[in-house]
Amino acid sequence: MIVANRKTLEEILSMLKPYQKILLLGCNECVTVCATGGEREVGVLASEIRLSRAKDGEPVEIKEFTLERQCDHEYIDQIRSFAGDYEVILSMACGAGIQYVAERYRNKVVLPAVNTTFLGVTLEQGVWAERCQGCGECVLHLTGGVCPIARCAKSLLNGPCGGSSNGKCEVDKELDCGWQLIIDRLKELGQLDKYEEIIPIKDWTPARDGGPRKRVREDLKL
Amino acid sequence: MKSGSRLERVLEAGHFAFTGELGPPQGANVEHVRKKAGYLKGIVDAVNITDNQTAVVRMSSWGAGLIALQEGLEPNYQMVCRDRNRIAMQSDILGAYAHGIRNMLCLSGDHMQFGNHPLTKGVFDIDSIQLIAMVKKMRDEKKFLNGDEIDGAPQIFIGAAENPFAEPFEWRVHRLAKKVEAGADFIQTQCIYDMKLFREWIRQANDIGLTEKVHILAGITPLKSGGMARYMAKNVSGIIIPDEIIDRIVQAKKPAEEGIKFCVEQIEELKEMKGVHGIHLMAIEWEHRVPEIAERAKLLPRPEV
Repeated sequence: MIVANRKTLEEILSMLKPYQKILLLGCNECVTVCATGGEREVGVLASEIRLSRAKDGEPVEIKEFTLERQCDHEYIDQIRSFAGDYEVILSMACGAGIQYVAERYRNKVVLPAVNTTFLGVTLEQGVWAERCQGCGECVLHLTGGVCPIARCAKSLLNGPCGGSSNGKCEVDKELDCGWQLIIDRLKELGQLDKYEEIIPIKDWTPARDGGPRKRVREDLKL
Repeated sequence: MKSGSRLERVLEAGHFAFTGELGPPQGANVEHVRKKAGYLKGIVDAVNITDNQTAVVRMSSWGAGLIALQEGLEPNYQMVCRDRNRIAMQSDILGAYAHGIRNMLCLSGDHMQFGNHPLTKGVFDIDSIQLIAMVKKMRDEKKFLNGDEIDGAPQIFIGAAENPFAEPFEWRVHRLAKKVEAGADFIQTQCIYDMKLFREWIRQANDIGLTEKVHILAGITPLKSGGMARYMAKNVSGIIIPDEIIDRIVQAKKPAEEGIKFCVEQIEELKEMKGVHGIHLMAIEWEHRVPEIAERAKLLPRPEV
């Protein structure tokens, strides 16, 4: 899933300062799963804004609404009938959702309530961790199913670097060394011979460095 | 000869090599570089010019390397993968070579977080092993990474670093093998304090024939004080200092002298060790003590090659 963190109330209030009528928009997908921008979080944030404005004696009107997805126009269009009643849309979706709402409502200011951070997994209740950077050319078959791009602090394709100590990364003693994980996994799989091969220089064009990415499936187009 | 550098000539002639290190200043203070170079001239075969070590911004390694060259000292140009992509790397290699730089040390680079600009974006377009292969391709195939012909290929003696003490220990020597396969001509190791562990590592390297394919220079950093010993043991990733060494420095009446004495003992042992072809002395901000250490460790005079 896409994992996001909510921005601080202070930052959100500062963005909202010029506005009184706010449409607060949640998303039922990833940000719901990572407990950042679903219906529940929309309710919490709305209450916090109302309380703060009441304390300062400044009026505010907030409509809370959570879409099935903010990354598909068919869902975004569900707010068309009332979006015009609000000065600003405060979105709690990931960066993709926030932008797509902005694209569909061109005369409306759309603000981000969250910082989109990574593609990750749920490690345990309340704990999420990065696993993928969407580099566009997967190497997991070479590295025992552990990604060196996402899990090594230097994204080394031929690690570990000299900073690996007791299985941990030099950047943070709590952080597993990605290459220790790779070697451990290759060992478990009986594939240590793969470690002996040099992984060649990466083509970064399928990653962000080729410019913004787009995928077209002609067979699915209507 | 691949590059004809002094370091290459010394090693190829079968001499025991001796390299030093010079950390460029945090500014354009030319005198700072000249002064440090002055201590090392005629004492070391080549001097490593560090590349923004610990991710702290300093005079560029090629810039300081050219000053060393003017002072009659052969630079070993360090390049890290942290700060530049393949375009800048190939371009800098050509520029450095055009000005007379003949040795390079290819490194990943300390993470940005340790430095004085921790908010920056790390590059890491390629890694240190891929950098070695890239320099080799430029030198031997006379081609850029994309296959285009180079008009005046850089003849570089290619170095790499290896940390015999990083984890997972049993796999370190296999990473060394990858660096050799990629094209490293010489290796300079991380600072050694745990001689027992180093002996084990070099034994493994000897066993799989690596020491016949690559020149290994053992890394040594003299301990200046008990505080430094404790600090390095605790805070520097990948450095192991056995307790008895820390105790020896801490309890000495003159810790700095004891540090030098230990360092000289290490060099004497390393000179006799099969598979070790030289010493890389990283006397951090202690360049003025290098002549004395070299003298006491009987590394002088340097051979005529």
